[in-house]
Amino acid sequence: MTEQAYNFAYLDEQTKRMIRRAILKGVAVPGYQVPFASREMPMPYGWGTGGVQVTAACLTPGDRLKVIDQGADDTTNAVSIRSFFSRTAGVAVTEATAEATLIQTRHRIPEHPLTEDQILVYQVPIPEPLRFLEPREPETRKMHSLEEYGLMHVKLYEDIARHGAIATSYDYPVKVEGRYVMDPSPIPKFDNPKLSGCPALQLFGAGREQRIYALPPYTRVDSLDFDDHPFDPSKADHDCDLCGAGDSYLDEVIIDDAGGRMFVCSDTDFCRSRRAAGHAGRLGTPAGEAA
Amino acid sequence: MTQMEKIVPATEVPLLQVRDLTRRYGARIGCADVSFDLWPGEVLGIVGESGSGKSTLLSCLAGHLAPDAGQVIFDTASGPKDTVQMDEPERRRLSRTDWAYVHQNPRDGLRMGVTAGGNVGERLMAVGARHYGAIRDAATDWLGRVEIDASRIDDRPSAFSGGMQQRLQIARNLVTGPRLVFMDEPTGGLDVSVQARLLDLLRGLVREMGLSAIIVTHDLAVVRLLADRLMVMKSGRVVEQGLTDQVLDDPQHAYTQLLVSSVLQV
Repeated sequence: MTEQAYNFAYLDEQTKRMIRRAILKGVAVPGYQVPFASREMPMPYGWGTGGVQVTAACLTPGDRLKVIDQGADDTTNAVSIRSFFSRTAGVAVTEATAEATLIQTRHRIPEHPLTEDQILVYQVPIPEPLRFLEPREPETRKMHSLEEYGLMHVKLYEDIARHGAIATSYDYPVKVEGRYVMDPSPIPKFDNPKLSGCPALQLFGAGREQRIYALPPYTRVDSLDFDDHPFDPSKADHDCDLCGAGDSYLDEVIIDDAGGRMFVCSDTDFCRSRRAAGHAGRLGTPAGEAA
Repeated sequence: MTQMEKIVPATEVPLLQVRDLTRRYGARIGCADVSFDLWPGEVLGIVGESGSGKSTLLSCLAGHLAPDAGQVIFDTASGPKDTVQMDEPERRRLSRTDWAYVHQNPRDGLRMGVTAGGNVGERLMAVGARHYGAIRDAATDWLGRVEIDASRIDDRPSAFSGGMQQRLQIARNLVTGPRLVFMDEPTGGLDVSVQARLLDLLRGLVREMGLSAIIVTHDLAVVRLLADRLMVMKSGRVVEQGLTDQVLDDPQHAYTQLLVSSVLQV
């Protein structure tokens, strides 16, 4: 089959229209989960079917697309979605955050600050923040509509009672503009402050669950907490071993059988551009000198 | 009764006024034309055999079921209001502040995957408590009041005995200081010694907090101990009502006579 057999960005125009309507509704009511008729995509559920549909509905031929998976541009999920759209839409792709106009992400927000000209699309596995506390969907919808969010704090209470601190470290519930409690997708809570007041449009797509929700630019997003246990956007207490950055989210990598480990930026583009600018960490060398 | 005499003259309006409450299941009657007043500090018992409409009536009163006709007028903070006509957000707010509902099976009223402290704290958090230390102190205090050891605060209800689960459910409901408590067979499924202890505890709490309560049960001993007034239901209708001792000692209706004489004497 040739690439020409597909409509621009894979989905047919009617489907994209339907998705755009859901996106507009989501933008109009920040944090509200809008149902949409999710399509079968040529990838398994859990691999970003929701994000891909939102991306397809937002792409224009002039866009430059970046896809990241846990911060990395070179993992299977990121590589396959990027090549999917470069084949079916023929759009330009990039790994540089600053150059991209549309970024599809799985479980991270890029370290490089976003701008008003960018759209950030999240892949969401479970859009309902109350799901594991209240399994009945009609009931959770009612709780959202009546703003009954006490239960969300029960979860945080349980964390403190069991672990002495709020142990939820990703998928950390947030409240949007003082109204809807929203699941920010499984981003680390380190990224939660970046959700708030972000100049870029943020869209969330959940394919299997058939929900789209959105944060318009400069929306206020507060992470839930207790007065005496305030929200703490924690990260590993190290600097990046490759680029020396002390303010980025780190992955821990085991490097030998003797307990050796290194911490590296999870955002590969951020780390690479810092090394290109001459920064080096404990184990790294600036770009150019590396073997 | 001393508690009643103290409180009743202070207020002019009944806490709950029920008028001609009817709920049908198709052609069958769930409960029909039930009317009564409940005054602050008063405990009303509803007895009757299985299928007599007790639970239907209680569900209609508590807003879990929509009645087909009738009024349930509750004396809210802003004056008496018909809770049947009330919009849902307001009714749900009422049900987590001024009202409490104790289920027969504690598993229906508790979150089994959440610790005892979390269960008690849930209603506090639902009405806006956001201070962990304060919530935990309130939970500890209430566990003490229902005779659960404070060291069990971080255990889940599944690790509790049936009697403890029921006491935990009561603590969870009373923590926000409700004015009206609905109880559906609160002692059902418990053995007699645990029942006695629970009744003793309930009686103490009701008197101490000046609670009004509506207790549905088929156990006459429960109403004898707890209830000021008694309503006897049969086939969805109230056949007799009056002071508890009066109804139990001098039953007028044939069905009440049957009910009272059916109690086994040990």
